[in-house]
Amino acid sequence: MKENALLIHPRDNVIVALRGLAAGEEVRVKGVEGFPVLESIPPSHKAALRDIPAGEEIIKYGEVVAVCTRDIRKGQWVHTHNLESKRWKK
Amino acid sequence: MREITGYERKSGKFGVRNHVLVLATVSCVNGVINRIAREVPEAVCVPHAYGCGRGSARETQILFRILASMVHHPNVGAAVVIGLGCERANTKTFRPFIEKAEKPIAIFDVQESGSLQTAKEGAEAARRMFAEIGGQRRVSMPWDKLMVAMECGGSDAMSGVTANVALGSVSDWVVGKGGSVIFGENTEMIGTTHVLTRRAKNEEVARQITEMIDQAEQRTKDIMGPLASWVISPGNMDGGMSTIAEKSMGCIHKGGTTQINQVVDYGEWPTEKGLILQDGPGYDGDSMAGLAVSGSQIMFFSTGRGTPAGFPCVPVIKVASNSPLYRAMIDDMDVNAGSLIEGKPLEALRDEMIDRMVRTINGEKTKAEANGMEVFTMMTVNPPF
Repeated sequence: MKENALLIHPRDNVIVALRGLAAGEEVRVKGVEGFPVLESIPPSHKAALRDIPAGEEIIKYGEVVAVCTRDIRKGQWVHTHNLESKRWKK
Repeated sequence: MREITGYERKSGKFGVRNHVLVLATVSCVNGVINRIAREVPEAVCVPHAYGCGRGSARETQILFRILASMVHHPNVGAAVVIGLGCERANTKTFRPFIEKAEKPIAIFDVQESGSLQTAKEGAEAARRMFAEIGGQRRVSMPWDKLMVAMECGGSDAMSGVTANVALGSVSDWVVGKGGSVIFGENTEMIGTTHVLTRRAKNEEVARQITEMIDQAEQRTKDIMGPLASWVISPGNMDGGMSTIAEKSMGCIHKGGTTQINQVVDYGEWPTEKGLILQDGPGYDGDSMAGLAVSGSQIMFFSTGRGTPAGFPCVPVIKVASNSPLYRAMIDDMDVNAGSLIEGKPLEALRDEMIDRMVRTINGEKTKAEANGMEVFTMMTVNPPF
């Protein structure tokens, strides 16, 4: 099956959707066991690759890009509603 | 195999175009520039919004550097400069900055004979210059004479995944050939100090990188206050980017992975070769101007949301980060990096981009060039008074 998401760096805890994913659709990424997204993910947006507790860092490109502000479950959409900039607090 | 050609200048630099530039020194004479553009459409005519009404030393330094470097640019074979007479960047104070350019230059002041007469004389001068430089021929150009600018704008999350990764692989290839690559957009380096300083040539360059990014962050906080974390545009966020650090990581991909040899000021000419960082802003037009006048003869511009913008006198190769954009803006996009998503190997995309770059250097027009989509703006520090 064709991949529908990207894992940019092995350290990352989010994947990037290559196209829009419907709620319940299985994420297919090289080297990762398939798992369903829990809500719809717009194209090029992020979904959690594992459970990420509030306060933990969001890793993309192998580097810290944000801190999550509430518990995120594996497969949930990761965006501005559940994270904040580590450098500038809202 | 991949030979590149250009116009060898007396300065020892190589241009990949042989343009006649018609440049305003102040916005008051834009109508004259536009008249000349209608009469001599093959000239690169640059009206703009600057030249007076701002007074700080920094402002004046940027203004003179950018305008003078347009005249000095290796892609420019000859220049007609149109001034007004009483402006800050008036032709008398401007002349010393350009008279050593070792190319045909004609300078006119509108206050001496009025707009219509100046337009007539300026157009005649431009036509004469085409005749004068028309005999210059392309010669083989060494790779170490090439500097490629890497720019991104109207980014989406795919910009950092497809297009900028592809730009980065071209950057590494150009540096490997002995050429130079320059990229800027300091606001889009915020959050990446630790990544970029690891690659600095020495401690001094690392210190300059840290200082540049710290200042960009402080400036952003001063201007934006509590909104600083949302300095990325609403379009960026619609595209899936959540913080400036996330945007930045995708942004700095475009410079590739080689050692950073120098940090230069906005619009400043590098003295080193290889990978160069420029302390310039992220806004597309302002950024393009700084990178272009630093002497880069060609530019790659990656975009995820899509922009048609090119730059006068420097060919800009547009790289779409996704296939829907590539199809929607097929008149503006030169390369589709969205092909990576459909399974094209990165190396094949890189080779396609290198071929496109070589053909562009050797004279093939980019879409922005062919369509006349040039934009000329520059960084300003203070509001006008």
